[in-house]
Amino acid sequence: MGHVEATLSRGSVGDRSSNLAQRHIVQRVAFGLLWLAGLTAVAALLAVVGYVVVGGIGSINLEFLLTSPRGGLAGEGGISTTIVTTIYLVLLTICIATPLGVGAGVYLVEYAGEMRGGGGILPRLVSLARFGVETLAGVPSIIFGLFGYVLFVSAMHFGFSLLSAGLAGACLILPVIIRTTEEALRAVPRGYREGSLALGTTQWQTVWGVVLPAALPGIITGIVLSVGRVVSETAVFYVTLGGSCRTPTSLLQGGRTMALHVFYLATETRAFDKAMATAVILVVSIVLINAIINYLTRRFTMR
Amino acid sequence: MREAVPSSTSRILLGETRVQEIDVQRRYVVDHGVRYLLLISALISVFIVFLIGLFTLREAWPAMQSIGVANLLTQQVWRPGRGEFGLLAMIAGSIWVTIGAMLLGVPLALAGAVFLAEVAPSGMREVVRSAVELLAGIPSVVYGLFGMVVLVPLVRQIPVSGNAGFGLLSASIVLAIMILPTITNIAEDAIRAVPREYKEGSLALGATHWQTIVGVTLPAARSGIVAAVILGIGRAVGETMAMIMVIGNSIIMPTPLNSNPLSIFLSQARTLTGNIAVEISYATGVHESALFATGVVLFVLIMIVNSSAQVMIKGRGR
Repeated sequence: MGHVEATLSRGSVGDRSSNLAQRHIVQRVAFGLLWLAGLTAVAALLAVVGYVVVGGIGSINLEFLLTSPRGGLAGEGGISTTIVTTIYLVLLTICIATPLGVGAGVYLVEYAGEMRGGGGILPRLVSLARFGVETLAGVPSIIFGLFGYVLFVSAMHFGFSLLSAGLAGACLILPVIIRTTEEALRAVPRGYREGSLALGTTQWQTVWGVVLPAALPGIITGIVLSVGRVVSETAVFYVTLGGSCRTPTSLLQGGRTMALHVFYLATETRAFDKAMATAVILVVSIVLINAIINYLTRRFTMR
Repeated sequence: MREAVPSSTSRILLGETRVQEIDVQRRYVVDHGVRYLLLISALISVFIVFLIGLFTLREAWPAMQSIGVANLLTQQVWRPGRGEFGLLAMIAGSIWVTIGAMLLGVPLALAGAVFLAEVAPSGMREVVRSAVELLAGIPSVVYGLFGMVVLVPLVRQIPVSGNAGFGLLSASIVLAIMILPTITNIAEDAIRAVPREYKEGSLALGATHWQTIVGVTLPAARSGIVAAVILGIGRAVGETMAMIMVIGNSIIMPTPLNSNPLSIFLSQARTLTGNIAVEISYATGVHESALFATGVVLFVLIMIVNSSAQVMIKGRGR
């Protein structure tokens, strides 16, 4: 009996160790594939950015940045007016969306926080508002474009203009601002509010004087994020901004952003070098915006 | 004692109280006013959703009536000039390009998420994570441009007759790169949210790290991973400009170009989103209305995708 048991156990130990070796081989292969996936993501980035930079860097000089596009099939001229239009549009959308978005975020966190569920009109309105934010965040951008086209461009007679594009763009970034504001407010410790309320302030005084200043870096992160969204958005502005090469001089004039300019150059003129040069400027602005966001989040989370 | 206080002082005290009372009252009026102002701004989003639904449906109504919803959804031919408005080819285009992007992108994105959450040493993790972050920020026109100047000429090398380079394959590759950050970020969060004890228990039983990942961590993070994939699908279906630039935009049902069924991916196509963007600027009358109907179809498709994500998150998550 004892002899048999000894052989059995010896056998199974042998099996186990070879099984372990096999399992380690499997693990090594699997981890190799995971490394490959990680490296592929980096390679994809390098390929996209690298190719565009290599193809576009040659066309970038001061003249390219400072002259206006002349249109035409060869895509002559620079991109000065598209830079200006992009800045105008960013300012306009942010100015429209920020007060609304921050206000909505403040209400959802500071006033509606304890009103989850239950009957009554107010809790129902609150869950409706939350549903609105969720839905809006999932709407594809071309639908915002379609909406902006029918409401602002045609029904309200704003035409293809900065105003139409700004309003449609504001709808697009509203959920971004609301969500980041909510997150920033939730990160403010309860004690801040309690301390302020205990001093006899009203809720609004607490929010304005204590909570909002504490949440400011997070809110600004959200705004910068939206700036990135507007700079890179194309579909919405393709159907609301017109596409004129001139600098808009009023809210009711159209124009083209850098991203739109890339699209027009690539699809209508085939001036790929100019398109890639514009894309380089676009990518550089996005990298800068990302760097600002990283800086802000790092400062925000350190405190 | 009170009688001893000079009358002038008592008057001053009285006055101060009143001033304070008025101040408190004023503060509460402001507080109340602001509360309603904020409520209104909180309701703006749902109002916009309502307006989007209202206007899109109102504009799509004439087309839905004169053409019929069934015809819109089942007819393959879209010839606005001849009054033929069938969306089936575009629906198929959107679905095929999404399938292609999923086949290429999901394994890569999920492997990337596991790599970031479980395997990567911290230096490598920083590098990959910033790469993914930047991929998320790159504008879709830049992806489209990359597709036009790099992928399309490459795909054109595949020796199949009728292969123009522009088509489902190029579009799927572009889209796969675009949805990678969405899926990787959410899936990584889901994997990280798995309690430590689960992994420790598995490792203590003698499982290797890889066995723990496959047998314990991934199943525990399943709902988050499914949600990540579904959000990726939503993003893919909704993408517009990059698709216009590389998919060819021909209004045909995607079909295999030769006897190999995989050659369907070399076929050109048009997406629902592309149909709207390409034609809206010059469309009038029923044609314009049919484009809004395209928007409705797209919206319904996205809503189905997104609400299944919501159900997944709520159904199994904590």
